[in-house]
Amino acid sequence: MIPTIESAVPTEKSEKVSEEERRVILSARALRAGYGAAEILKGVDFPVRERVVTAVIGPSGCGKSTLIRCLNRLHESVPGGWCEGELLLDGEDLLRIDPVLLRRRIGMVFQRPNPFPSMSIRQNVAAGLTLNGVRARRVVDERVERALSDAALFSEVKDRLDESALGLSGGQQQRLCIARALAVEPEVLLLDEPCSALDPIATARIEELLFELKKRLTIVTVTHNMQQAARVSDYTAFLLMGELVECGPTRQVFTRPADKRTEDYITGRFG
Amino acid sequence: MTMKRHFDDDLQAMRSRLLEMGAACEEMVQYALKLLAERSSQYMDEVRRREDIVNRLHVEVDEQCLQLIARYQPAAGDLRMIAAALKINSDLERIGDQAVNIAENGMFFIAQPHMMLFHVPRMAELACSMLKDSLDAFSRKDVEKARAVLRKDDEEDELKGRVFKELMALMQSDPSTIQRGLDIILIARNLERIADHATNIAEDVIFMVAGRDVRHGAGR
Repeated sequence: MIPTIESAVPTEKSEKVSEEERRVILSARALRAGYGAAEILKGVDFPVRERVVTAVIGPSGCGKSTLIRCLNRLHESVPGGWCEGELLLDGEDLLRIDPVLLRRRIGMVFQRPNPFPSMSIRQNVAAGLTLNGVRARRVVDERVERALSDAALFSEVKDRLDESALGLSGGQQQRLCIARALAVEPEVLLLDEPCSALDPIATARIEELLFELKKRLTIVTVTHNMQQAARVSDYTAFLLMGELVECGPTRQVFTRPADKRTEDYITGRFG
Repeated sequence: MTMKRHFDDDLQAMRSRLLEMGAACEEMVQYALKLLAERSSQYMDEVRRREDIVNRLHVEVDEQCLQLIARYQPAAGDLRMIAAALKINSDLERIGDQAVNIAENGMFFIAQPHMMLFHVPRMAELACSMLKDSLDAFSRKDVEKARAVLRKDDEEDELKGRVFKELMALMQSDPSTIQRGLDIILIARNLERIADHATNIAEDVIFMVAGRDVRHGAGR
């Protein structure tokens, strides 16, 4: 059949919901945070939209890591760390949720892969479940397999689940950490420079994984790598000296940034 | 603090080459029109010589742009500049082709008895100024100048319409004018195409500088 002009030309309606129309699931408002007398975040309004990847970029010391560490209340657990302002998860005040429960809903993966060294691959992934009282072997095994599959690692480790996690390569260890975070089925996954210790192939694997994972959960990733932010994220937030300069759709931020400081940073003019 | 970037040197080298190509295109159009106005075939060589230069620069600018993208992964204003340069490069090459067409049709035209050129001189003046202004706008990143180019395009289209209409009437009343009339129509068409390419260049300059896409009448 010869398609009609109407059927051949995609209309706006037929396109998937654009990232701008996604609901804000997690947000920081007037967020201030620091250590002792030092103020690192100076009143940040940061919206995180549901089931997209939001990248946080900015020069070293701008407060990127502090921002995402506030989102699952890790920052305040460090001696001297403080944070104030409004943090909402799905309308709920984050600061009123028990941090342990909160971290089940908002998982985190760090810069360096940090599997528990004395545990096997299986035990690493099951750690969060065990802590949360899931003990039935069948359930644990199912969840471990699903988390490893979701982290695109299962096929590589399925025959050595009971071996030490330290036998894995750096990239595999990082995917194991992602699997460990996924096992407790969080709504949001925070990644703090997840690829900076990985080679380009391992990095590409993690990036591909993000495309898959965002179909189901919300992802916030901090990165120093501008091209990575441009490749993997739907939204980009630019932080500079504790202030959020710009936060918008990545396709706009990387082609037509609204703020001159963003332009200078992403084009490498900013020293 | 603004940091010096090696990228800027490479970008500037590409821009210079593109402007060199623009200058060669302007000269091609001017020599082709001189050939017509002065009824002198000696200008054909000048057009041909510059055509070789334009063709060489066309390939070189494309290569430089690809290198810039592959090696630096440019973003924002840098990326828009390179995207605009790639398109302007292709428009300039087409302008060179149109100049060659004018010269070739001009050679036929001047081999025949004298005939007036109707609105072609005005069309030529307009197309040349649009080309010059669009290149100036690119060189100076001047959005206002680019917008002025867009406003001139309507007059060029209207003049071409009048040339067609008036020549149609002449050719019907005096068949001995048909060959020359067709030559003029083709030349008017070439000039109109040059104005269209200059318009494209001006649109690309606006996108490059302001990040606004004004093609097809959007957001002018």
